[in-house]
Amino acid sequence: MNNRKKGSLFERINTMTKPKDSNHLTAREIRQIARENRRVTDALENKRNRKNVPESEYLTTMKNPDNVVEFDGLRTYFFTDIGTVKAVDGVSFEIPRGKTVGVVGESGCGKSVTSLSLMQLVQRPLGQIVDGAIRFDTGDKVYDIAQTPYQVMEKIRGSKVSMIFQEPNTSLNPVFTAGYQIDEVIQLHNPEMTPEEVKALSIEMIDMVGIANSEGVYNMYPHELSGGMRQRIMIAMALSCSPKLIIADEPTTALDVTIQAQILDLLRNLKDQINSSIMLITHDLGVIAEMADYVVVMYAGRVVEKGTATEVFKNPQHPYTVGLMASKPVINRSVERLYTIPGNVPNPVNMPNHCYFRDRCERRTAVCNGAYPQEVHITDTHIAACYHTSAAEKQV
Amino acid sequence: MMTEKHEEVRMTGDSPMLRVKNLKKYYPIKAGLMQRVVGYVKAVDDVSFTIQRGRTMGLVGESGCGKTTVGKTLLRLHEKTAGEVLFMGSDIHQLPHKELRRVRPKYQMIFQDPFASLSPRLPVAEIIGEAVREHQIVPNDEYNDYLDSTMKACGLEPYHKDRYPHEFSGGQRQRICIARALALKPSFIVCDEPVSALDVSIQAQIINLLKDLQEEFGLTYLFISHDLSVVEHISDDVGVMYLGSLVETGTKKNIFQNPLHPYTKALLSAAPVPDPTAKRNRIILEGSIPSPANPPSGCKFHTRCSECMDICKVEIPQTREVEPGHMVACHLYNDQGTVVEDA
Repeated sequence: MNNRKKGSLFERINTMTKPKDSNHLTAREIRQIARENRRVTDALENKRNRKNVPESEYLTTMKNPDNVVEFDGLRTYFFTDIGTVKAVDGVSFEIPRGKTVGVVGESGCGKSVTSLSLMQLVQRPLGQIVDGAIRFDTGDKVYDIAQTPYQVMEKIRGSKVSMIFQEPNTSLNPVFTAGYQIDEVIQLHNPEMTPEEVKALSIEMIDMVGIANSEGVYNMYPHELSGGMRQRIMIAMALSCSPKLIIADEPTTALDVTIQAQILDLLRNLKDQINSSIMLITHDLGVIAEMADYVVVMYAGRVVEKGTATEVFKNPQHPYTVGLMASKPVINRSVERLYTIPGNVPNPVNMPNHCYFRDRCERRTAVCNGAYPQEVHITDTHIAACYHTSAAEKQV
Repeated sequence: MMTEKHEEVRMTGDSPMLRVKNLKKYYPIKAGLMQRVVGYVKAVDDVSFTIQRGRTMGLVGESGCGKTTVGKTLLRLHEKTAGEVLFMGSDIHQLPHKELRRVRPKYQMIFQDPFASLSPRLPVAEIIGEAVREHQIVPNDEYNDYLDSTMKACGLEPYHKDRYPHEFSGGQRQRICIARALALKPSFIVCDEPVSALDVSIQAQIINLLKDLQEEFGLTYLFISHDLSVVEHISDDVGVMYLGSLVETGTKKNIFQNPLHPYTKALLSAAPVPDPTAKRNRIILEGSIPSPANPPSGCKFHTRCSECMDICKVEIPQTREVEPGHMVACHLYNDQGTVVEDA
C-alpha cells in the first residue's frame, strides 16, 4: 500500500500490471485492469472536481512569448478495460503567433486527441491528461490547460480557442437555425451584448465567411445549406469571438476538391484578418503543404518529425515521413508503383520499448533495438526522432 | 455447360469490353397526396463512352455529379431511363432475367465504404464464397482451395476465413470486398471510390493490389473517384463528369497535360499539391454545383465558368473530338481543336 504514494503518477501508471501479449484477456484480467483504472481515474477526477482552485495552480508563463500554444511532454491516456491506450505519449511542439501549424498523421496516431486535450474535450473519466503541460496564452493570462479547472475552461473554450470539426453535416444542430447557433456562442461569451447587437454581429460573421445572402442564411436550417456553406457557418461560429487559436480538425476532408479550395482560401484570408493562429489537423499532405508554415508529423502517439513546411517537404528525415510522401500519388509525377509502408501500426495497448516504427522501417539496424530514439536537431527548427537522420549519421 | 456459355460471351470478337451509348437515368420527383411526378432529377444525362479490354477508365467529378449512378446503372443495379449499355456486345438492359443471372458474375462492383458493404453477420468465407457456390464458379471439391487462393491473391490469409468483418481494419475490409468481387472470375469491375475511406498508406496498398490483379487476371476497370491524383495514377483513360454529363474524355495524358474544358482546368488547379514551394495560379470555382433537378440552360457549367460567352447560356455544346481520342463538350473549341474567338 505504501509504495502507491511513491513516484509521480506517470511512473505509477508505467508500473501498473501490463496486459499479456495475446489479444485475449480473461474476464478476471479485465476486472483487475478495470479496478486499477478506477483507482487512477478516481484520483484524477477528485483532483479535477475540487472547487475554488487557486489561480496559482494553473497560471503559468510561456517559454517563448512569441508562441500562442506550447505543448510540453503531453501525455493523454485512455484507461480502457483491455489496458491503457497511450493515445498521446509525450508530444511537444509550439504554435507561433499568427502562423499555421499542420499536424499530419494517419488515423489513430493521436492528432485529434492532442487537439481535444487542448480544448479539454477528451472523454472523461476514461481519457485523462496524465502528464505534461499545455501552455496557452490568451493575451492577458497564460493558462496551463492540463491543470485548468473546467469552470475556467468553459470561459476560454469557444472564445479564446475554438474548433472547426470535420463533418459539417453532423456538427451543426439540425433543429436550430444557423443564425441561432452563432448567436448562442456570441451571447454566451459576451453576456453584456443586447440580442440586437448579437444578431448584427452574427450576420456580419456570416458575411465575412463569404456567404452572399447573409440575412437569408441567418434564418435557414442546416439542411437547407450545402456542405460548403455548412462548413462556412462552422467557421463563422468558430471565429465569432475572435479567438487566439483556431483548431481545424480535418476541415475539408468531407468536401469536394473545388469546395476544399474555396474553404482553404477563406481560412488563409481570415487568419490574417483576425490575427490568430491555426492548428490544422489533416491526413492530406497536399492540404498541409498549401496551408502550413510549420509541420508536425505524428505516428502512434508521438511526434516523429517537425519543422518548417519547406524543411519537412524538401528534406524529410524520418523514414515514416518519407514513406508517407512516397505513398501518395501526385498529379504529373508518374510512378510505376506506389510505395507502400509494410506492416501495421503497433497495438496501442501494448507499445514496444524500441522505436515504434522499427518493424516497418527500411533503415533499421541493430541500434534501433535500443530505447525509443531521442529527438535529433537537423537544423534549429527541424527535428526528427530517429537514429538514422542525416545529422545523427554524421555524429557517429 | 456453364463454362461453355461463358466462353461464348467472352469470344464475341474484339468488340470493346463496354460501350455506353447515350445513357440516361432520371429519378422522378413525386409530390402531393397522389405522389404525382412533378419533375425529374437528371442524375445521368446522355453519357457515352467506351472502355477497351484490359484498360482502366477513370471517372472524376464532384459529389452529386452522377458518377456512382453511372456505375450502378451500367451494371443494371438501377434500371436505365434511356440509352444502351453494351457489355461484350450484348445489351445488359435487354437481357431476360435468366440470361442476366448468367452474365452477372462477369461484371462486379467494389463499393466505397468497406464498413457498410460487408454483412456483419457473415464470416469472411461466406461473404466471399456465397456467390461462388451459387454460380458454380468452381466444382464443389475445389471450392475450399479456390477460396484460399482468391484470398491469398488479395493479400488475406486463409485463417481469416472464420473471422467476422468487425475484426478487420479498413484496409483489410476493402481487401475482402475485392476478394468477393474477384472470386466470381469477372472480366469487368466497377470500383466506386474504393480508396476514399482509407488512410494514405493503406490507399497505396489497395491501389497497388488493384493494379497487380489487373495484370494477373486481365481485368478491365471503371474507376470512380473524386481524387484526381489517384485517378491519374491508375487510369489509362479519364472522363470528367459535371452535373450528369461527360464534359471531357480522353487519355490520361490528354486530360492531365492538356486539359481543355474550363471545368477540368479548375478541378486540376484545385487539387492540392504536396509541395510548399509550388507556385500555381489557381482557378477557384465560385459557388457550388447546381441542383440536377433544375440544371442551368445551355451549357450546364456556364453559371460557374470563367470564360462564359453568350452562346453558352442558350445552346448545349456538342461533344467534339479536338484531338484523336480527346473529346470535349465546350463552345470554346471547334472541330479543329482551335479556340473559338468570342464573337
